[in-house]
Amino acid sequence: MSTRRPVLEVENLAKSFNGNVAVAGISFSLASAEILGLLGPNGAGKTTTIQMLLGLVSPSAGHIRYFGLDFPAHREEILARINFSSTYVSLPYFLTAWENLVVYAKLYNVKHHKEKIAEVLDTFEIYDLRKNLTRNFSSGQLTRLHLARALLNDPQVLLLDEPTASLDPDIADKTRTLLRRIRDRKGLSILYTSHNMKEMEEMSDRIIFLQRGSIIDGGTPRELLERYHEESLEDVFLQIARDNVPRPQASPHTS
Amino acid sequence: MKLHRIAAIIWRHIYLYQRSLPRWLEIFYWPLLDLLLWGFISLYLSRFSGSVPKFVGFFLGALIFWDILYRANQGVSISFLEDVWSRNLLNLFASPLTAGEFLAALMTMGIIKMLTGTIAAVIMARILYSFNIFTLGLAFIPFVLNLLLMGWAIGIVTTAVILRFGMGAEVLAWGFALIFQPISAVFYPVSTLPPSLQTLALFTPSAHVFEGMRQVLSAGAFPWHDLIWAFGLNAVYLSIAVLFFFQILRQVRRLGLLMRVEQ
Repeated sequence: MSTRRPVLEVENLAKSFNGNVAVAGISFSLASAEILGLLGPNGAGKTTTIQMLLGLVSPSAGHIRYFGLDFPAHREEILARINFSSTYVSLPYFLTAWENLVVYAKLYNVKHHKEKIAEVLDTFEIYDLRKNLTRNFSSGQLTRLHLARALLNDPQVLLLDEPTASLDPDIADKTRTLLRRIRDRKGLSILYTSHNMKEMEEMSDRIIFLQRGSIIDGGTPRELLERYHEESLEDVFLQIARDNVPRPQASPHTS
Repeated sequence: MKLHRIAAIIWRHIYLYQRSLPRWLEIFYWPLLDLLLWGFISLYLSRFSGSVPKFVGFFLGALIFWDILYRANQGVSISFLEDVWSRNLLNLFASPLTAGEFLAALMTMGIIKMLTGTIAAVIMARILYSFNIFTLGLAFIPFVLNLLLMGWAIGIVTTAVILRFGMGAEVLAWGFALIFQPISAVFYPVSTLPPSLQTLALFTPSAHVFEGMRQVLSAGAFPWHDLIWAFGLNAVYLSIAVLFFFQILRQVRRLGLLMRVEQ
């Protein structure tokens, strides 16, 4: 059993919109340097959960703690130490990649920001595009720019919503390798959503299955494959999504 | 409140304006067009109205002042819309930027846009009609301040409404301030209005500014009474506008509408 300290603790988190339950009292934790996959069909509550973890949606009930601090009470301090990237957002189109990152470096008060911007652009192999307007970026280049932005403040927790959705297999693979390397080198903790099961299997230390706002199962990819007697995570996903039968659940907290 | 975060948002707009000709045109085009149109109309009318003193000054001063209010309002609401249009709003609200800092940055953009447009209009009025707005003397400063405060208040309310109802309410960014134009008595004295609208004008800060401006231009008297009213009303309205924005933001977070603002 790992003794890694949780950087994120979620307790009985719930959200309803006009009586419709989007998230139904979920609890889980994310350990330091852990990659936790959040998996579920459309409408399972993944995006609402991530939005609550970013303070974009207020929970109906429950508690969120980062680094042992209550999120609503220490919002500013916590948001300076975490970051996110999502397919739902973009960056100002008429700014160059460099200018966009300067804006966010100032926003996050990044020290030696020019060196840091050059570093993150180089990391995602888009340094040569730094003077190009964001509007001229392909969707893959834009995704890499979003990831570069998300790493500007050296976050301790990174929330990624479908981060490789518009990347070609080569760049997607490089991105996954890179994120794992950053995790290993800097102890970055990542909460990850994706519809790419192979990617989830490859990336995640642990996976939580969400269905209709509830956690219906969780564990390491290997544990899940064994529990469901399946060869791939995709088959596990299909079984869970279609059967909707809660299985004996492993702890959603740090294993 | 952290200055570096406010500066970051201002930089975002400075970068944008560096290379956007349509946005520059938007700042200069309408005020200059108004200035040309109303300037020539007032020159023409002044030939037949010898009994009305400083006819041209009234109109041009009113135009320049109205534009100050309008630009201050747009500096807030259009700057907000820029982040909605570019789907950047979630990045900002998921950053350490506080709502207060966000508003402070938008209000600073209001000052920048107002100053840019006003300086151009003042210069054009001087060149085309030999009209010098600074003949208003020291009263010029509190006039401008009051119009800026009212422009901010309107811009903040507009921003809050767009935040709540999404892009369906976008048109308010251009049209909401215009609702106040008739009761502001921009081009005519408040006494011209019907009694019910005169009562409304009494509670409209800009009406006191325009009344005060005419008082200075015609009689040269410093309009203490109007300025005290204008500052008092603006203090109340701006406070209400800021509280309204915070209340709406809380509601938007509760209803999960931040992701849908651009819809």
